[in-house]
Amino acid sequence: MLKYLFEKEENIPQGSAAVFFGVSAIAWFIIGTGLGSFNAAKLAFPDWFHGLYALQFGHMRQVHVHAVIFGWIAMAFAASMMYITPALGNTKLWSEKLGVWNCLLYNLGLCLALALLWSGVTSGREYSDHVWPIDLYIAFIMVLPWCLNVWMTIINRRTQGIYTSNWFFAACMFMTVIVFLVGNLPEFFHLTGLNEAYMTWWFAHNILGLLITPVAAAITYYIVPKITGNPLYSHRVGHLHFWSIVVFYSTPAAHHLMSSPLPEWLKSFASVEGVLILVPAIAYVCNILLTMQGKWRMFVENVEIKFTITGVLLAIPLNMQGGFQQTRAINWYIHGTGWIVAHAHLALLGFSTFAEAAAVYYGMQVLLRRKLYSLSLANFHFWTLLIGFSLYWISMTIAGLIQGAAKIYEVPYVDVVIAEHPYMIVRWLGGTMVFLGNIVWLWNMYMTARAGDEVPVGRQPAELAYGR
Amino acid sequence: MAFREYKIGCYMFGFALSFSMFVTIFLPGVDISSVSSTELALDKQLTYGHESGFAYEDPFLQGHGKPVKVVLSKDPATGASIDKTTAYVFPAGTPFPSGLTHTKILGEDVKLLSESLGKIDQASEEAGAVFLVQTNDKDVPYVENATATRGWNSDAVLKAADETIMAGAGKTMFVREGCWWCHTLLPEQTQDWQSFGRPPLLGDFNGESPTTFGSDRKAPDLLHVGARNSSKEWMTLHFFNPRLVQPHSIMPRYDYLWGEKDASGNTIDLAKWDEEYMAYTHGESIYPPEVPEYSADSEARYLIDFILNLK
Ligand code: HEC
Ligand code: HEM
Repeated sequence: MLKYLFEKEENIPQGSAAVFFGVSAIAWFIIGTGLGSFNAAKLAFPDWFHGLYALQFGHMRQVHVHAVIFGWIAMAFAASMMYITPALGNTKLWSEKLGVWNCLLYNLGLCLALALLWSGVTSGREYSDHVWPIDLYIAFIMVLPWCLNVWMTIINRRTQGIYTSNWFFAACMFMTVIVFLVGNLPEFFHLTGLNEAYMTWWFAHNILGLLITPVAAAITYYIVPKITGNPLYSHRVGHLHFWSIVVFYSTPAAHHLMSSPLPEWLKSFASVEGVLILVPAIAYVCNILLTMQGKWRMFVENVEIKFTITGVLLAIPLNMQGGFQQTRAINWYIHGTGWIVAHAHLALLGFSTFAEAAAVYYGMQVLLRRKLYSLSLANFHFWTLLIGFSLYWISMTIAGLIQGAAKIYEVPYVDVVIAEHPYMIVRWLGGTMVFLGNIVWLWNMYMTARAGDEVPVGRQPAELAYGR
Repeated sequence: MAFREYKIGCYMFGFALSFSMFVTIFLPGVDISSVSSTELALDKQLTYGHESGFAYEDPFLQGHGKPVKVVLSKDPATGASIDKTTAYVFPAGTPFPSGLTHTKILGEDVKLLSESLGKIDQASEEAGAVFLVQTNDKDVPYVENATATRGWNSDAVLKAADETIMAGAGKTMFVREGCWWCHTLLPEQTQDWQSFGRPPLLGDFNGESPTTFGSDRKAPDLLHVGARNSSKEWMTLHFFNPRLVQPHSIMPRYDYLWGEKDASGNTIDLAKWDEEYMAYTHGESIYPPEVPEYSADSEARYLIDFILNLK
């Protein structure tokens, strides 16, 4: 890959940037879930690895979160955009060279950012933990070149209209840059007090809601019609999804701080807007599931569809939780408990990871023109991910309900810690399964590049039978 | 080919996003910024200083450039006895908190009083200053610049202090060590009164950064922990190894905050301590090893001062 850094644009094979991002994403997925599993072990057995002060929970937690969000999730998005955007515009990527540089600087920047967090250099603000020089690096060197590539490819398209996925890609990248710069204003200008607290969660909410959820959805808008051969069920419902995301998803930030002393009108407003998130959610899930009409056998037979549709099905409980857990009636019970951690993993490890894994599986086959090396290994990966995730989600949800009950009846805290212990162990086992499954995935992808059957010109990988 | 430009869509998008930011950033910002500081907010600002996260004065979060909170029982200028007084010492060069550099943050009344009675506009970072928190007869709190009003300079105050509390540097440790991933600093409004105490008010945060509310609670809320447990001995054992006092705790050990030497200058051997501790947990010895006393300039001291100061 690095040999393309100083090549002329026309000598760089199409798809190089996407492959580079894709491979990096899988590598960060392994690193990130490995760290997650280590943290989970520390929460279950705090004296495990007691000598290794470098791996303190209080430092490693944010390293895990940023490794999976900026490493896995965001890089898988970049990989997907770099091959889906040109494909939908019937053109090539605006600049492969920029893409390759982008990916290199992305990886380097992320290493630096995580190293700083690891050594405790932090702004002390959840999700915007990075110190402001790193924030600027992320915005201008990691994200802006990526935006440019997406926007310019869409502008230079050779189709009349723009397909649903591409609206989302273009708009979400724009919103991400804005959210990043506005959300970090407290650090740039040293805003303090409740303004700082509120902006922290404004950032956290919007980076998740305006980048991760809609881009994951946009990817499935491409993968499902492409592989099944069915056209998207409804372009109009796609519109409804898009506009309701922009309007309803960008407003309920204060629902993360329902029990804090923010102005009451703001909390009530956020609570109502939060329920309205069900509009894009329902529009989206219906649109995709109806697109599957007549092709449901592919849910079993085709790996990418299996991953994508599982992700979409996981979006149903996700949005039901998301819509209602921020109402005052429910929030007081579950706020600040393991329930929220379970919800965060349902969104990121459930819905979004499954959608992106499908996009990376598919993209690698298309770009390398090789059929997937092994269906069995892919199925193994699927089941470790699904079972591991389910164990995580169920155990943390139960732990959260215990914490909620204990909170309301004001049980001495150490009794809660004791009661949660078995669930902490289950979470650790589940997370470790995910981690191990990912190593198998990397191996499968490596073998695909090496020994997968070649896809003949003019054919799609999905049309070929699996070899193993 | 004439391409569609999606003009209307782009305008609609721009409008929707701007309107959303107007409602969710501008309006709350105006509302929140109009709130006056409470006495607690003044105390916190003067205790924690300019910034507890990453900052120029302290890029590696070691607790540099933070004020010192002291308790006095005699006037440092005259030597006369006075009632127990809490003062906040900013030695020369210590950055001031935002409330003193951008006085609007204090709120209208508090700002007026702090300037007219408190003379805070005469304080200078280069020269250092000593502040007090006062209230007037209508219970409006304000900041008094004791360097200007009483001629107290920072060195004299530090020398005359009965007790010095390094809670400002301690909050930096709290941020750096990620205590807030497990503990919250925000008793919830709907419950928590009994076990964790009074939830904070709207004006309790002016000028504090970061607020580190914490979002998922795996451990007791700490906002008022010093009020329910003020034992330095317990804290020392608990931070060195929480399982010495609470066998079921999942809290990490913070023994490395003790640094290289203990209070009497002996080298601390964590590996050896751990070995003896493991022998104790396996039932091979009856008593756990002795916990070293932390030295006065160790990070453990900062942290414990911060925790005990959370009243
Ligand atoms: C892995 C989660 C975790 C981390 C990180 C953590 N703690 Fe704790 N802490 C706990 C748990 C669980 C308890 C309750 C059991 C006990 O007393 O040890 C506790 C108890 C405490 C108590 C006693 C509370 C009371 O109500 O008496 C204090 C004080 C405390 N922690 C301070 C800190 C500080 C300061 C840090 C950061 C240096 C920190 N903790 C980091 C989990 C954690
Ligand atoms: C792509 C996959 C994953 C993503 C995107 C992800 C994301 C996150 C996020 C956003 C948080 C913060 C949650 C919150 O603040 O509420 C978090 C916390 C955590 N994650 Fe993950 N995670 C992933 C996989 C895993 C795995 C496989 C494990 C292994 C067990 C794991 C273990 C943890 C732990 C222990 C925490 C800390 C929870 C706490 O503080 O209570 N994660 N993760």
